[in-house]
Amino acid sequence: MKPRILFSYLLLILIAIACVYPALWTILSSFREGNSLFSDTIIPTKWTLAHYRDLFVERVDRKIPYATWYWNTLKVAVASMVLGTLIQLLTAYAFSRFRFKGRKSMLMVVLILGMFPGFLSLIAIFTILNTLNLLDSLWALILVYSAGAALGMFVAKGFFDTIPRSLEEAARIDGASHSRIFVSIILPLSRPIITYISLTTFAGAWVDFIFARAILRTPENWTLAVGLWNIIDSYNSTEFTLFAAGCVLVAIPITLLFMYTQRFLVDGLTAGASKG
Amino acid sequence: MKRNSVVAGWLSVLCAGLGQWYNRQYAKGLLFVLIHATGIYFISTILFSKIKGLITLGEQGQHLEKVGKIFKNVPGDHSIFMMIHGVLSVILVGLYIVFYILNIRDAVAVGRKRDSGSAVKGLNNDIFPWTLLALPIIGVLFFTIMPIVFTSLLAFTNYASPNHIPPKNLVDWVGFDTFNKLFNMNVWADTFTGVLTWTIIWAVLATVTCYFGGILVALLINQQGIKMKGFWRMLFIIPYAIPQFVSLLIMRNMLNEKFGPINQYFRYFGLEGLPWLNDPFWAKVSVIVVNMWIGIPVSMVLVMGILTTIPKDLYEAADVDGASPWMKFRNITMPYVLFATAPILITQFAGNINSFNVIFLLTSGNPATMKYNNAGQTDLLVTWLYKLTLDFNQYNIAAAVAILLFLIIAVMSVLLYSRTRSFKEEDMIQ
Repeated sequence: MKPRILFSYLLLILIAIACVYPALWTILSSFREGNSLFSDTIIPTKWTLAHYRDLFVERVDRKIPYATWYWNTLKVAVASMVLGTLIQLLTAYAFSRFRFKGRKSMLMVVLILGMFPGFLSLIAIFTILNTLNLLDSLWALILVYSAGAALGMFVAKGFFDTIPRSLEEAARIDGASHSRIFVSIILPLSRPIITYISLTTFAGAWVDFIFARAILRTPENWTLAVGLWNIIDSYNSTEFTLFAAGCVLVAIPITLLFMYTQRFLVDGLTAGASKG
Repeated sequence: MKRNSVVAGWLSVLCAGLGQWYNRQYAKGLLFVLIHATGIYFISTILFSKIKGLITLGEQGQHLEKVGKIFKNVPGDHSIFMMIHGVLSVILVGLYIVFYILNIRDAVAVGRKRDSGSAVKGLNNDIFPWTLLALPIIGVLFFTIMPIVFTSLLAFTNYASPNHIPPKNLVDWVGFDTFNKLFNMNVWADTFTGVLTWTIIWAVLATVTCYFGGILVALLINQQGIKMKGFWRMLFIIPYAIPQFVSLLIMRNMLNEKFGPINQYFRYFGLEGLPWLNDPFWAKVSVIVVNMWIGIPVSMVLVMGILTTIPKDLYEAADVDGASPWMKFRNITMPYVLFATAPILITQFAGNINSFNVIFLLTSGNPATMKYNNAGQTDLLVTWLYKLTLDFNQYNIAAAVAILLFLIIAVMSVLLYSRTRSFKEEDMIQ
């Protein structure tokens, strides 16, 4: 083997270790006995499943209602997925298929508003919800996640644009109404884009920390991101193994989802980039 | 015979719906008259006073008043409520005005059609897309446009703790005082320039390291002679697949000065550990290194996608001419990759300016410093404004920072768009 190739393999292995190590270390820590961050060996000397059990058992001396957090996160993610996907599809369909008055200027508005980073409006959303006493509710969070979904409609619009118009025209001649065409012809044809949008909105809501921490105030209403952050912030790593177990359970579904749809997401990423 | 359009137009100016009535669109006319009437009714009864409230922001805060023999706390005007109501009212009045203008235009257009004798279409055809768009428009109006307006307004008030928090006190318009404070008042100005400088340094370093890191890793995998390319690629994409908040919180523990495994390895080799997150300099190094861990997979995937699009015949031609691998790399691969990814650089730069998660979850902006107001050494503008809002209730300063930040990003985006257009027109690569 040439020295250049040998050296390359060495580098690749080093990078691979750097990529995998944090995940591996967390998984191993979650099976370790005791609760401290410190350990003499990477591989635990004594294995235990106690931390995973502990997550779902309420204890008086600490406020870590992990099961509630998980349930909250699931509720928020699913609800914003449904609502956000619906809004995005409706907007994209309207812009792709109809030539109505004011369409051009509305497209421009969508483009410009999309440039405004969502969380810069956080101050306003926080003060408004605070004044109206609507903070600390999961519904407020769901609305915040899904209300702006229309602004991300360009991917879906691009997809709808590729569906041939002749299909609809044929249906229209047969007497189908607008809504019938949308439900029976367009939706079944757009399965891939619906999957893509729902996965990204689901994942977005699942991992968001910024808005969740701003809006949810009491531990019973927290989502996983806020809860786990709080374990680290307030317990100062004294409950580390418990935290590690919590992390593993959060990361597993989303990582699997990602690996499963990897090709798809990566294609979307590169497509968006070359469009740039 | 051009009468109809003129008459219908003026009738609609007089009162919305009259023109439509004149055009014999009775249902539409009736609907418009009704909207007009409700509009006028609400403007005269409620909206006008609310808009006046937006201008005054309240006359008197919570105060003591003599009721009978004792003094009692009487609730006063709540400035922020008045502001929210005011903004909503302005939006409603704006919608009403838009409706009125559309009504006149509609009357004229239909009148013109009658003048020229062409058929008048019903209402239904144009309305379906709007029913589709109703829900999205409401969402964007309330959760995107109104917050933007509200943020811009907040920056010109003195809404901040401890002296101007309703319902106890009133909030007032103060013009450009907040910006003045941010640029000229000692501590605030120091904090702002300090945080801004670090934000720019951070954005440049984070973008450059991730970009070139990504290119290097992609080229490393794509070399001739490396086996199992797919396997390496999948392995290196793992950091991207793990939710950011999880991996960042884990990193925070790994870099723990006393108990973290990184320092443990240092000690294992007989070295003193480093204060990764507690020393201003090393904290900055840590966030950049951790950001590379998170950001390189993305650039790597992008670059690998581009590498597959390089036409093979370029390399074949180079082989025929007897080019060495290094020459092929320098003269074909590198220019191609750099050219194709240049627009991404700007997007990533803009993204890094707003890179909230890495900073907030890893260091929370710490280590703290006495030089700054409500900010730490690694705080970016975004994390600073987050803390100002949630932890310190300095809403006006936060709003001003948000506006400035938006201006920076807007300028970058405009730059990006004009750039890519010029790229498209250049046609350097076929």
